[in-house]
Amino acid sequence: MSEYNFAYLDEQTKRMIRRAILKGLAVPGYQVPFASREMPMPYGWGTGGVQVSAATLTPEDTFKVIDQGADDTTNAVSIRKFFENTADVETTEETEKATVIQTRHRIPEAKLTEDQILVYQVPIPEPLRFLEPRETETRKMHSLEEYGLMHVKLYEDISQHGAISTSYAYPVKVSDRYVMDPSPIPKFDNPKLEMDAIQLFGAGREQRIYAVPPHTKVVSLDFEDYPFEATKADHPCDLCGAEDSYLDEVIMDDAGNRMFVCSDTDYCRSRRAAGHVGRLAEEGAA
Amino acid sequence: MYVAVKGGEKAIENAHAWLAEERRGSTNIAELSIAQIREQLSLAVNRVMAEGSLFDPDLAALAIKQARGDLIEAIFLIRAYRTTLPRIGYSNPVETGQMACDRRISATFKDAPGGQVLGPTFDYTHRLLDFKLAAEGEVSSAPESRPRTEPTPHITEFLKGEDIIQDEPSSDTIPGDLTREPMEFPADRPLRLQSLTRGDEGFVLGMAYSTQRGYARNHAFVGELRIGKVAVEMDVPELGFAIEIGEIELTECETVNQFKGSKTEPPQFTRGYGLVFGQSERKSIAMALVDRALRWEELGEDNLGAPAQDEEFVLSHADNIQATGFLEHIKLPHYVDFQSELELVRNLRREAEERIMPREAAE
Repeated sequence: MSEYNFAYLDEQTKRMIRRAILKGLAVPGYQVPFASREMPMPYGWGTGGVQVSAATLTPEDTFKVIDQGADDTTNAVSIRKFFENTADVETTEETEKATVIQTRHRIPEAKLTEDQILVYQVPIPEPLRFLEPRETETRKMHSLEEYGLMHVKLYEDISQHGAISTSYAYPVKVSDRYVMDPSPIPKFDNPKLEMDAIQLFGAGREQRIYAVPPHTKVVSLDFEDYPFEATKADHPCDLCGAEDSYLDEVIMDDAGNRMFVCSDTDYCRSRRAAGHVGRLAEEGAA
Repeated sequence: MYVAVKGGEKAIENAHAWLAEERRGSTNIAELSIAQIREQLSLAVNRVMAEGSLFDPDLAALAIKQARGDLIEAIFLIRAYRTTLPRIGYSNPVETGQMACDRRISATFKDAPGGQVLGPTFDYTHRLLDFKLAAEGEVSSAPESRPRTEPTPHITEFLKGEDIIQDEPSSDTIPGDLTREPMEFPADRPLRLQSLTRGDEGFVLGMAYSTQRGYARNHAFVGELRIGKVAVEMDVPELGFAIEIGEIELTECETVNQFKGSKTEPPQFTRGYGLVFGQSERKSIAMALVDRALRWEELGEDNLGAPAQDEEFVLSHADNIQATGFLEHIKLPHYVDFQSELELVRNLRREAEERIMPREAAE
């Protein structure tokens, strides 16, 4: 693929994307329109994240891609391969070693540092979209900081179900100003949104980029009497015994027996390497 | 024992190999050539060029071959290729009045200068399967006559002469380009037309049909439909004049729409416009109807709340590459979000049961 420019996109396009990224960092949580390009993978497969990564990567970077927390899911493999071919960057599965991490639906368990950039793939960047389908209206609501509709939705959840019935893509308020969709991460990950690393969000089909700079205040929306709660399956990891990581539930046999394993495969691997043992670890290691 | 489903590179490679094999089909059957697709499936090629926004019949034919005949997949291949091409410059607007017409019909006048030219149309064929084609019968050549050499005037020009059709103000403003700038609403008419001409044929057809059935009906007549080749010219700064760099085939449809006048406009005919690469009749007529429906505001008509009048609705959903991508992405892994939903539903159920159980126990 040597006929393509470094990281596939031409320099003009990268410059345009970088401008959008810088604007996003300057106005945390604000959705910056950008002229998203047609990428050689379909919309919905992470074209926004791929464009942001392409505009962010330098030849010295070490790149990691996760989907659902795992490095070995098909689309993570495919995106990693894409940048190996077009950018010839180092890739890694180890969170600590990566300088740029592209993710879909998870924030890694390991604490990220100031030297890292986390790039999210975003399907629907507009947190108000399912309350108001029109972009013309939602942009107005953001500019007027008119978020009453969102609070009414959360209130109605509580009155109908006794709890806020949003479990992923849980809305947050960034830097006391913009309500933002953190992409479909489980709400378990929301507290991690206040971090040392730069967070960039790319929505290709919807042509939006937004960002959370390091050390920015990010508050999950809630009520005083119904505070936000980060939840996960009430189990330790069956492979590494971790009690603090988000878990995938795996159906093991026809009888419907389940096991719970870390969704962050690198976190689980490194814990097992350090000697931590879960309930089914021996079988799992086989 | 727990065996995690690993997507691995190997699985992907094998899937691609199998796909290539399936694409080829039985090797006992001769392979399709690009030229065969280009020449014999030319309407499919036209659709791929139109919605791929790239006029190149050979590349479109290659895309159709590679996509196993899935036209949306072929359009996607063309779009992904197109976006990597450098912009050398912009051509001058093509002069469809100078078109060398293969087909030119008007539904509004029995005859007009330039005449009614049926051209290669399905219109009056009886849709009976032609089993002779299954036997690979040769076709006899069609009778020929001398092509018209002088330009064929647009039908709407005659109405304009009578000042009975809405005038389209001419403008030298460079139109926007939704492939270079993000679409923002409200979009102006050039952007809407760009979006429609590369929009999904089925979607635009459905939208147009909805206006005919009464969802913002706009009483369209096909004032003119013409198909043929036009020259593409480009100004070359070094030369100081325009030179012809090639020719492309286009289908142009101008509708003449009945209009009783509105708060701001006198009674007159109004227009819808469709212009599409290749021979793409259905698409260009549909495009013209939807264009007309979207002009309600400019013409001072009422917003009837019809889908085809709703610019944001139409333009946000017309692109089949965006639509198919987002639709099909739901087959990608969603374990994590599903897991969080599982826990939520389990919790809500547990709480609901706890609320019901004590009551039942008391009864």
